[in-house]
Amino acid sequence: MNIEAIKKQHKQIAEWKYEWHPIDKGYNNRTLYVNLSNNEIKEKPVSKEMKEKFVGGKGFGLRLLWDGTKPTTKWNDPENEIIISGGPICGITQYSGTGKALCVSISPQTDSIMDSNVGGFFGPFSKFAGFDAVEVQGKADKDVIIFIDGVNHKVEILDAPAEPIDSHVLGEVLHEMYSDDEKDRKNVAVVSAGTAADHSLIGMLNFTFWDNKRKLVRLKQAGRGGIGTVFRDKKIKAIVAKIDGVKGNLNNVVDLEAIMERGKRFNREMRELDDKQCEMKKKGTAHLTNIMNDYDLLPVHNFKFGSHPDANKIHGDVWQSYFTQGVPDGCWIGCNMSCAKGVDNYELRSGPYKGDKVIVDGPEYETTSSLGSIAGIFNPDFTIEANFYCDTYGICTISWGTILGFVMECYENGILNDERTGGLKLNFGNADAAMDLLHQVAKGEGFGLIAGLGVRKMKELFAEKGWGDPQFLQDIGMENKGLEYSQYVSKESLAQQGGYAMTNKGPQHDEAWLIFMDMVNNQIPTFEDKAEALHYFPMFRTWFGLQGLCKLPWNDVEPENNAQTDEPAKVPEHVDNYVTIYKAVTGNQNFDKYEMITQSERVYNFQRIFNLRRGYGTRKHDAQPYRAAGPVTVEEYESRAERYDKQMKELIGVDPEGKTTEEKIAITRKYRENRYEQLLDAVYLRRGWTKNGVPKIEHLKKIKMDLPELIEIIKDHQED
Amino acid sequence: MKIILNNRTEVFDKNNMSISEIMEIKNFSYQKIIVKLNNIIIEKEDFKNTIVKEGDNLVILHLLAGG
Repeated sequence: MNIEAIKKQHKQIAEWKYEWHPIDKGYNNRTLYVNLSNNEIKEKPVSKEMKEKFVGGKGFGLRLLWDGTKPTTKWNDPENEIIISGGPICGITQYSGTGKALCVSISPQTDSIMDSNVGGFFGPFSKFAGFDAVEVQGKADKDVIIFIDGVNHKVEILDAPAEPIDSHVLGEVLHEMYSDDEKDRKNVAVVSAGTAADHSLIGMLNFTFWDNKRKLVRLKQAGRGGIGTVFRDKKIKAIVAKIDGVKGNLNNVVDLEAIMERGKRFNREMRELDDKQCEMKKKGTAHLTNIMNDYDLLPVHNFKFGSHPDANKIHGDVWQSYFTQGVPDGCWIGCNMSCAKGVDNYELRSGPYKGDKVIVDGPEYETTSSLGSIAGIFNPDFTIEANFYCDTYGICTISWGTILGFVMECYENGILNDERTGGLKLNFGNADAAMDLLHQVAKGEGFGLIAGLGVRKMKELFAEKGWGDPQFLQDIGMENKGLEYSQYVSKESLAQQGGYAMTNKGPQHDEAWLIFMDMVNNQIPTFEDKAEALHYFPMFRTWFGLQGLCKLPWNDVEPENNAQTDEPAKVPEHVDNYVTIYKAVTGNQNFDKYEMITQSERVYNFQRIFNLRRGYGTRKHDAQPYRAAGPVTVEEYESRAERYDKQMKELIGVDPEGKTTEEKIAITRKYRENRYEQLLDAVYLRRGWTKNGVPKIEHLKKIKMDLPELIEIIKDHQED
Repeated sequence: MKIILNNRTEVFDKNNMSISEIMEIKNFSYQKIIVKLNNIIIEKEDFKNTIVKEGDNLVILHLLAGG
């Protein structure tokens, strides 16, 4: 590709120069605002209150989005925003997993607030360039690039008509275009989407990082909730950040020694324990595939089942054999977890890049399921190729897989047929048809246009057209709040059902993963126990998203003596690492593990009330599809009849003898649905919310989050 | 034999089984676990030769990972 010829077609639309200041204890104390409708570029100050109440990352994103939009703003209104923010810890290089950013926007899928976390270099680079958050509002007329030039301290909006859109090509083009030479490639970071984001509501953002060993651009994804669709709707082709290099203490932390000491401890754990624990360096999160199958948790055939005899074909060892071994695979500098695995020189067999040899980033665990078992496809080559295309086309692999499972079950039940799918025979296991459908989304044609709407809108559409029983569609369509479920079967863990459906943004496991604690360990048997877990873990994990941290180093390797601690599930030594690092970065010596939870609570409650402001955020929005809680079909019940019959006898107190399967399904359903309602009551109480799931004013006062704009929203919803 | 496994009553066909045998029957393949027999931590290398008897209290705690 002729980079110079492409660049020549750029036309500067706007330019804004700024004075650069060194970061002070993790903060620039200003954010960048870019409006693509009127081409305004400016900085906004970050107040002391903003740092105290919102901290950074997702907190900053939510605050800016609240201020920038109205309760009625739709995802494709010009005033919708995309905010990308790291957080105070983001960008340190002495501890693993410290380069994350959080993307926040109004989602085309849920019509409410979406947040999605992502690795790659853009979060740290935009911070090093001078900004604690990048806030983009408005819509361009034509495709543009936003260039944050941290070397010459200016921000530009450029007409960019000639660049390709698919991320694996665009990333390479822009890294070359904006670097001085090959050595400088590592100082560029790109955010982009892809052609499927133009034609679907499940568009995703790709964040690049330069892989110095491979001399290639790699991609990490902010997948959930369609933020890539918003990005392309604003006609953004890319946001580029450039800096003049990463040095040891660009965050100007207060106590670098303390961070280095904790970093060394962690690195020793990775060196000595990873092979005995999760094998993250060899397999990444794909090590979980066979484990989830063993525990009946791997989604098979649209979450009907949790295991399959062919799952050995997608065993973690199989993924290891595909991944290039012994190369540093961190998606941020200094990360020793090194889990961003890659399949090198992979020759594509379909689509517009057929015959090309590419690097495929992943698959991670979620993708081994979503582009595999959930569709009844146990073929690593399908998964790898579909992973590549989802990434470069800019669509979320998790959502796409759950969509695929849904349409396949609809097809097998006659709700869809060849006429309705345009001839695609979407049976479980049909890899060719599944791949064709994916390419259709990118081309914006055929049934791909319908599938790209996501599960909720398909359910509504099919019901409207009289295709299938609406109740059955509701039961098997694995979405909540409009977002597709991520890849764990939650039927046997009531706590995980809450961990999914009670989330602020929709069912993603980044708030809570409680299945082992609940289902296997039986550590949280009462509703109160589950409620405590559904308070602590979502709050604790929210904190990563305020700081620019990756969750994986918290518990994907654990200190050797973790078993001897009081609360091994919380990994106390690693929690202490984070407390130490936060204090060492910001100098806030009053901080401790309790304040960590309170920081998160403030932002978590703000997000809940933000949902309420938009007409959501109450009990009815925490309802789950029944498939998440129990067996919908006769086939499903009978596949695990021994388990369900035993539970009926021992837990429900009903003798299953002589009952038809349909009768047993109904009895089980009544019991499980009732238990879920009791769980909601217990969790709302623990979180300081009303029975309708609205934060109580007294609770906001207790956590010092009783902002007038929040009280105004909730004051008429306090009945309990 | 009847034992308590993770706070639930479990019945196995055989008496006097090793921890490894029980884990195999339960399909507990996950590596990051803590095992306690009658409140005493059992190291991984002792799973094969530690025998669980009628009435014992066995905890096989699976720690979180992934996501």
